[in-house]
Amino acid sequence: MAKTSASGRPSRLFRNLNAKIAAIPMILTACVVFVGFSAWTILHSFTKSRLLPKLDFVGTAQYERLWASDKWLISIQNLVLFGICMLVFSFVIGFLLACLLDQKIRFEGMFRTILLYPFALSFVVTGVIWQWILNPDFGVQSIIRGMGWESFTFDPLNNGRIVMFGVVIAALWQGTGFVMVLLLAGLRGIDDEIWKASRVDGIPAWKTYLLVIVPMLRPVFVTTLVIVTAGIVKVYDLVVAQTGGGPGISSEVPAKYVYDQMFLNQNLGQGFAASTMMLLTVAIIIIPWAYLEFGGRKRG
Amino acid sequence: MMHQSVSVTDSSLSIRGLQLSFGAVQVLHDVSMEIGRGEFIVLLGGSGSGKSTILNCIAGLLDVSDGQIFINGRNVTWEEPKDRGIGMVFQSYALYPQMTVRGNLAFGLKNAKLPKDEIARRIDRAARILQIEDYLDRKPGALSGGQRQRVAIGRALVRDVDLFLFDEPLSNLDAKLRAELRVEIKRLHEKLGNTMVYVTHDQIEAMTLASRIALLRHGVIQQFDTPDEIYRRPVNLYVAGFIGSPSMNFLKGRIEGEDFVFNSHRIPLAGYDGRPRDGEAILGVRPEHTGFRTGTDGVTAKVELQEHMGAESVIHLSLDGQRFALRTPDDTHIPEGTTLSLTFDISRASLFDPQSELRL
Amino acid sequence: MADFAMEARGPRPRSRISPRSIMIYGTLVLVAIYYLIPLYVMVVTSLKGLPEIRLGNIFSPPVEATFEPWVKAWSQACTGLNCDGLQRGFWNSVRITVPSVIISILIASINGYALANWRFKGAEAFFAVLMIGAFIPYQVMIYPMVILLRELGIYGGLTGLVLVHTVFGMPILTLLFRNYFSTLPEELFKAARVDGTGFWGIYFRIMLPSSLPIIVVAVILQVTGIWNDFLFGVVFTRPEYYPMTVQLNNIVNTTTGVREYNVNMAATILTGLVPLLIYFVSGRLFVRGIAAGAVKG
Repeated sequence: MAKTSASGRPSRLFRNLNAKIAAIPMILTACVVFVGFSAWTILHSFTKSRLLPKLDFVGTAQYERLWASDKWLISIQNLVLFGICMLVFSFVIGFLLACLLDQKIRFEGMFRTILLYPFALSFVVTGVIWQWILNPDFGVQSIIRGMGWESFTFDPLNNGRIVMFGVVIAALWQGTGFVMVLLLAGLRGIDDEIWKASRVDGIPAWKTYLLVIVPMLRPVFVTTLVIVTAGIVKVYDLVVAQTGGGPGISSEVPAKYVYDQMFLNQNLGQGFAASTMMLLTVAIIIIPWAYLEFGGRKRG
Repeated sequence: MMHQSVSVTDSSLSIRGLQLSFGAVQVLHDVSMEIGRGEFIVLLGGSGSGKSTILNCIAGLLDVSDGQIFINGRNVTWEEPKDRGIGMVFQSYALYPQMTVRGNLAFGLKNAKLPKDEIARRIDRAARILQIEDYLDRKPGALSGGQRQRVAIGRALVRDVDLFLFDEPLSNLDAKLRAELRVEIKRLHEKLGNTMVYVTHDQIEAMTLASRIALLRHGVIQQFDTPDEIYRRPVNLYVAGFIGSPSMNFLKGRIEGEDFVFNSHRIPLAGYDGRPRDGEAILGVRPEHTGFRTGTDGVTAKVELQEHMGAESVIHLSLDGQRFALRTPDDTHIPEGTTLSLTFDISRASLFDPQSELRL
Repeated sequence: MADFAMEARGPRPRSRISPRSIMIYGTLVLVAIYYLIPLYVMVVTSLKGLPEIRLGNIFSPPVEATFEPWVKAWSQACTGLNCDGLQRGFWNSVRITVPSVIISILIASINGYALANWRFKGAEAFFAVLMIGAFIPYQVMIYPMVILLRELGIYGGLTGLVLVHTVFGMPILTLLFRNYFSTLPEELFKAARVDGTGFWGIYFRIMLPSSLPIIVVAVILQVTGIWNDFLFGVVFTRPEYYPMTVQLNNIVNTTTGVREYNVNMAATILTGLVPLLIYFVSGRLFVRGIAAGAVKG
């Protein structure tokens, strides 16, 4: 298949030519979209692009404006709050549920199916459902008031101070099953003989989980953590559908800030700067993980 | 069919100065071989010796870093596998799971755009030779390991080529089936007279099948010779230790004139096949070339353990604190701690230089 | 890839009815009820008339079940521009999802095959970039993508969105196929080369027929992922091509007119129906699909 040079050795370029041709979409995606587009956006975050992208450099002015903007600061606060709540609760609840399901119980498949089904749904669907359940006039608040507790108040979607908890409730409903399934897969990957050994040694089950299993699951925990965190940084559809960023701007998140600046406010430079900050956030999470995961051993 | 002697001009496969590196790691070091028409060559070695690597280079499945490969006098170094005129049989059989046996056999021929009746004729012939006619229309999943390996051989057979390559074809089979198929491959070779290159780590396969064995270590050919030569006159300590089970015994000592001096014992070297010279040396004696009787004169050793195998037994001894094994057709029990007096068949022993590890 | 055989491994409870098992099952049943409540609320709300919703609470079953909200959600609900219901979004989603799934899987499987079996120079480097790219927030890349699609003349339509889904689905799918093809015996690939099969021949004759299980996983992953997408739909399509999720959001969060909660809930169920159906039918394979990215092969 290959062209042959005088020495009989085909030139490097033509070796495996078909494989190289077949990989062109991948190469284009990797180089043009992932590297090229990201670089383009980072570059343009240092310009004063407004309606159209222009290479009119203004140094770090966009970043200064970004960090002076209330909307952005609230977005960041919200993201941190949302992220911490999501991570803590989804991991604690997810791990407990995984341990419960790991107890050789009957109907395990049924329970697993029920706990994971929200994950199959769109964030938009989840947001709309919980908007309805948390509706103050018909939802949880009205029901508990109707049961006689007249002063009960739980109206997160109309109270800027607690609105993010309303979002967290919805996100947990959707995402905890995912964490549980990954951790359960990790638990199932642990050798049965560990359990036999701990029973022979007379160690109670909860202690085995805490002192033996959890350390053994470290890689699964870390990988799950990275995936969930990368998802948290991107949170957008849920907020749009459930609160629209409101009341006021109290449930804004960075991804929504980027979209609004780019496509609604014709303020591209701000959008680029904000999205670069998102990239930075993800990089801070991913790079140490990738280093730990792949850096130690050279190409697996 | 005779295929013992080889002349270079008549070579069916010629490998010249083959080098292969993956990055900084050199896997093959200057491998050269001239293989005559109709020879059965076994590439023997442990894991990582480079034996399969050489086979993959011959097949064209790996690009060489340097050197040339000629098949029937034609330089095929940079040709595609299909154009080299080879058939190949793999360890895992590598049958196409979605195709029937017939489909598997026909696949390569269809790719080569052979006429239908020719394909049918070749499949019939291969099926007859390998006795797989009864399951031509089954899928590989419905066959046993032995049947699958026959089909895999058949796939090489239908290609009607001069050179067959076998990559550890029997390793996945159980011991009994392995012995059966070994005999069959031998018969097949005698019937077809093709050149065959066969990779294995099993020295019994190598000894029984090969017209010549290339023993490899770390990508270097240690010795390339007939099984008998390799057994009788191993060129170095590694070859001596690799071939034979239990391994050859090695005794450290020195050569003084006509004798090998070892722990105050003098063993006369009369009848040794080689030219020993005075100085430090290692005497290698195979367990099956050691005689013994109960007694305390000459070289003596204490019995530590006897392995009974029915037809024969292996006695593990302690010779001045060193381990020594001997093999005897006599299976009578010898109590632990018995002192034996040993005699060595010097005409079949080997002496090695401890520095260069080469045979003297 | 790890095998997600879900057989239980933990210590076995001694007897069926012990305090321990009551606790375990009790907790699980309560959690399961909590998880099912939203689904229940959606269904009952969608079957009530508006007056009944205003009077009762969201948990009470409908006194008089009516399918009118469903009909309205499907064919009459209003978004900003038009009032022909969710059906438009449904068909848009179908027309987006079907080609996106097919094209993205085809390309990713070829990538995976080239990476696993041909290992040409530089392949691993491109793959590494692709994998890192999977973690880049889409917000960083959407605007240049808009420009690219505009230059290609496919911005706003379905073709552009299909391309976007193909590009952004590539990392995870390529990983999936690469890992799967690495588990197939390499000798099969070698045998096919000796038999004279080329790059495409091996792909179509040997690899593709062997990869049905992973294709099913990839289809599940892609159908749910693309159907549920909101961001790309809203960024890369004009309103008449909005996918179902975007349309649902516009129906529910429209600020004009009376809020018809029953219609909203019917619309929500309709939007969630396709992924839910896939989820309940595929069961264990769905788990494999979502875990595919999490577990290294």
